[in-house]
Amino acid sequence: MIDRATINGAPTDRATTDRTSHLELGQHEKTFLDSNELIINMGPQHPATHGVLRVILKLDGEKVLGTECVIGYLHRGVEKIAEHRTYTMFNPYVDRMDYVAAVSNGLGYCEAVEKLLNVQAPPRANYIRVILTELNRLASHMLWLGTHALDIGAITPLFYTFRDREEILKIFEKYCGARLTTHAFRIGGCSYETYEGFEREVKKFLDFVAPKIDEYEELLTTNRIWVERTKGVGKISAKECIALGVTGPVLRASGVKWDLRKAQPYAAYADFDFEIPIGENGDTFDRYMVRMKEMRQSLRIIEQATGKIPSGPIMAKVPKVMKPPVGEIYHSIEAPKGELGYFIVSDGSTQPYRVRVRPPSFVNLQALDMMVRGALVADVIAVIGTLDIVLGEVDR
Amino acid sequence: MISRLRAQHGSGLRETVTYLGQKYIVADSSLIPEMLQVLRDQEQFDYCVDITAVHYPEREKQFEVVWILYSFPHNERIRVKASYADGKSVPSVVSIWPAANWLEREVFDMFGIRFEGHPDLKRILLPDGWKGYPLRKDYGIIQQDQEWVQINLGIESGQ
Repeated sequence: MIDRATINGAPTDRATTDRTSHLELGQHEKTFLDSNELIINMGPQHPATHGVLRVILKLDGEKVLGTECVIGYLHRGVEKIAEHRTYTMFNPYVDRMDYVAAVSNGLGYCEAVEKLLNVQAPPRANYIRVILTELNRLASHMLWLGTHALDIGAITPLFYTFRDREEILKIFEKYCGARLTTHAFRIGGCSYETYEGFEREVKKFLDFVAPKIDEYEELLTTNRIWVERTKGVGKISAKECIALGVTGPVLRASGVKWDLRKAQPYAAYADFDFEIPIGENGDTFDRYMVRMKEMRQSLRIIEQATGKIPSGPIMAKVPKVMKPPVGEIYHSIEAPKGELGYFIVSDGSTQPYRVRVRPPSFVNLQALDMMVRGALVADVIAVIGTLDIVLGEVDR
Repeated sequence: MISRLRAQHGSGLRETVTYLGQKYIVADSSLIPEMLQVLRDQEQFDYCVDITAVHYPEREKQFEVVWILYSFPHNERIRVKASYADGKSVPSVVSIWPAANWLEREVFDMFGIRFEGHPDLKRILLPDGWKGYPLRKDYGIIQQDQEWVQINLGIESGQ
């Protein structure tokens, strides 16, 4: 039997007994209005958990006393699969982890293997990589904004963001034929040369989307309901973030100016001028603002990159049969959700000996319990949304 | 930094290697967790990026546990590795970096390595009743806990 339905050793079906106890007042000292601990399940099939996340909540009325996340419903054994595939064959699998930011996943993996092989992607490939990755960051943030706002009760942003995200997916589709699980990069460079009019279309998209981001902000930033539901909710300090290993916009919203694109630049990021937006309070509202500003910074990067894609080859010289020398590498990139790392051990054969993915969502989700303790049930929804998790990546 | 560590821990530091520009330390398992505590307190490795393991079935000490650390003040990464025999437990570092909680649970889930002093060591990705540790090399790629599948999913086989 699955004995997962326990929290701190007590079975969760206490929820039912507790509820009936309200009615049998004679047998209990507590009255109907007295506080009474209640344990309820949220998920795994729940629209606000963004996938199959199950959260067991320990409640005192509306107040959250503690939570426990039950994850693994989407576990596919990606790391085990990697050990039985060649380096090239494993490349498409990484897209299936964070499926809303597949391009970032691919970039991290390809760069890690390139380092292991001691190969450098040519400059043209790096520029294309930056453009596509930043477009994907926009797409990921748009999806986050739409669903997060929907959870909190604002339906309109969802339609707006999905409408605009579609334009990004169209560019992906035109570039590589796929919309979500793109497999856009190969080890050593890019899979395809840019299509005719690629730069023009990307530029057109930038002009199209910049006012749209203002539009989202108009809907939310000063919206009284939005502000009330997000300000001061799910606070986390910089110190707590670092202790819990939280990265990405969540860390930056707590005031830490740290972005791997700046701290340890990869691909062509060193060539571009952009800022790292940070917040002050580390609450849900600040995380929202940080992501909104990040979207604008992404536009800046893409704009700079489209102007000057160098000419030249898009693939470095890589052996057809890849046999990286014995050794290991850890390479990480700034994915839309935080630090996405790949730890690859090579034994000199065509298949990796071990691939470990350091998923940002998994580590960030760990902070949920700390962030919602003492808050209300409705805040749990807001905090899950603001952490921006993708269960495909949490469970792998 | 390495020389300071060496002065403190002497021969316990088996190897300090830089490979492809990345530093790692191969430490004797007796130095864990004291050395990790020193790395955080004195060398300011305040962020535990990842904890993972690699299984080498042919070695005497089968499991190599890897701690990947990062220092915000120095913008520097380091990996610490230590080997453990099957069945030996590893000291938990949850008290040093709270981030280690789920990471150690995942290592336990996938490799069956126990972490001594972990507040709540149980499976995280696989169901609690599951038998076997999938990331061990002797666990087949299509192998499953058939009994669990039959009881809980009501199907003959997961394949």
